[in-house]
Amino acid sequence: MTTAAAVILGGVFWPLLIVVFLVLLPAAYARVLRQLLRFAVLFSLPIAISALLVNLFFYPGAQTVLFQLGPITATAEGLSFAIEILCRIAAISGAVTLFYLTTKPSELVLDLERRGVPARLAFVANSSVQTVPAMAERAQQIIATQRARGLDTEGSAWKRLRGIVPIVGPVMLGALNEVEERSMTLEARAFTRPGRRNLLWSPMDAPWQGVARWLLVLGLVAVVGAKAAGIV
Amino acid sequence: MTLTLEKVSYRYAGTTRASLHDVDLELADGEVVGVVGANEAGKSTICLVASGLAPRSIGGTLTGRVLIDGQPTADRPMHEMAAHVGICFQNPATQLSQVADTVFEEVAFGALNLGLARDEIISRVKEAMAAIGIAALGERDPRRLSGGQMQLVAVAGLLAMQPRHLVLDEPVAQLDPEGRALVAEALKKLAAAGTGLLITEHDTDLLAGLCSRVVVVDGGSLVASGTASHILGDARLDGWGVEPPARVRLQRALSAAGVKSELPT
Repeated sequence: MTTAAAVILGGVFWPLLIVVFLVLLPAAYARVLRQLLRFAVLFSLPIAISALLVNLFFYPGAQTVLFQLGPITATAEGLSFAIEILCRIAAISGAVTLFYLTTKPSELVLDLERRGVPARLAFVANSSVQTVPAMAERAQQIIATQRARGLDTEGSAWKRLRGIVPIVGPVMLGALNEVEERSMTLEARAFTRPGRRNLLWSPMDAPWQGVARWLLVLGLVAVVGAKAAGIV
Repeated sequence: MTLTLEKVSYRYAGTTRASLHDVDLELADGEVVGVVGANEAGKSTICLVASGLAPRSIGGTLTGRVLIDGQPTADRPMHEMAAHVGICFQNPATQLSQVADTVFEEVAFGALNLGLARDEIISRVKEAMAAIGIAALGERDPRRLSGGQMQLVAVAGLLAMQPRHLVLDEPVAQLDPEGRALVAEALKKLAAAGTGLLITEHDTDLLAGLCSRVVVVDGGSLVASGTASHILGDARLDGWGVEPPARVRLQRALSAAGVKSELPT
């Protein structure tokens, strides 16, 4: 909802206000501000750079020249629009990162299941997220193994690129090999049984959290209404 | 309750030759049956058929019958079979659901899928963990356990579903000696508690200490069956691609060296 509001409102002021009050302050409260800044920058840097360059130099119909760089021209209109886009990107990446840093995947999935999402869908969502660290660990093991066999994975870009193939191959094949056994294990644990299942526990959901959720929904509705009415 | 394979032949999907031929095998409550044989002899296929995964989950063609208490199981869906027969594979890492944050939740995974009431699940999980000696691991992250501990968690997860029979496909093959000892001890406890165990294993020392009966598979057929001491001491065992237990090998070495001795059992 934070990201939707930032996109709908547009401009610079509102997305920045959203970033400060709905991303940075909650992150500081949750003591994840430094991690959030690091991850959000890493997460959004490639797209932010490309958005800046494309708009700065190729904004259609721009008149005010800022500077010339060979055959291309940077314009003030392009810069202004790029800053707007960067603010939205900051709001989106900040909100997504805050969600990632403050929400345990297993709790999210459990809560979704409690609210009626089918167990299989919840499992797929959860296992996809949980598999990432396992795959990363496996990749590290394979990198170490391949290095021990003399594979050069450092140095020039070309050397690094060549080093990827002998690493990606075993990682992917190993993962595929495990899929069959893993799916049989699930079947042997009655995972395919139709119908709902009871849950062991539910994540804490304090009354104020419910109020906060509804306030966010109302806030989004207000944003859409204000935008439609031309107030903002 | 008895799990019976009656004249079972099985062919994997996409193959022309059967991997099992007319296999007759019976596993009663509390009985521990070992299955030995060379690689590719058909041991794992027996496990898949006995657990119901073949052909339900992996396809293929099965002839003959798999019976539980004399009742055919062909029409039963896999989740019903899972409540009667549990199966554990050799790779501890693939036994985990990957979605549980604690060992307790991991052990509860199968019982949850059965749609049991919450209190019933908690009681079963506690019972299963105690039975296998991992009650102290309840709060640990299952992905951060040793291989042996992971395998125990997998077995406990099956136990929480309260099947009368467990099929274990080389349960200690990927474990270090400490892990092997942990699993072997747990299996002894299970057998003593009345769970029927069907164990395929290359480690004949483990089988010698656990099984009341051992069958030999060769080329997809059962070629010998008898008490553990009889089969694991059979002179033909090497010919079937099975290494006899250390005790038998030592006894033979002593005899070959002309030393007359009878090792204590």
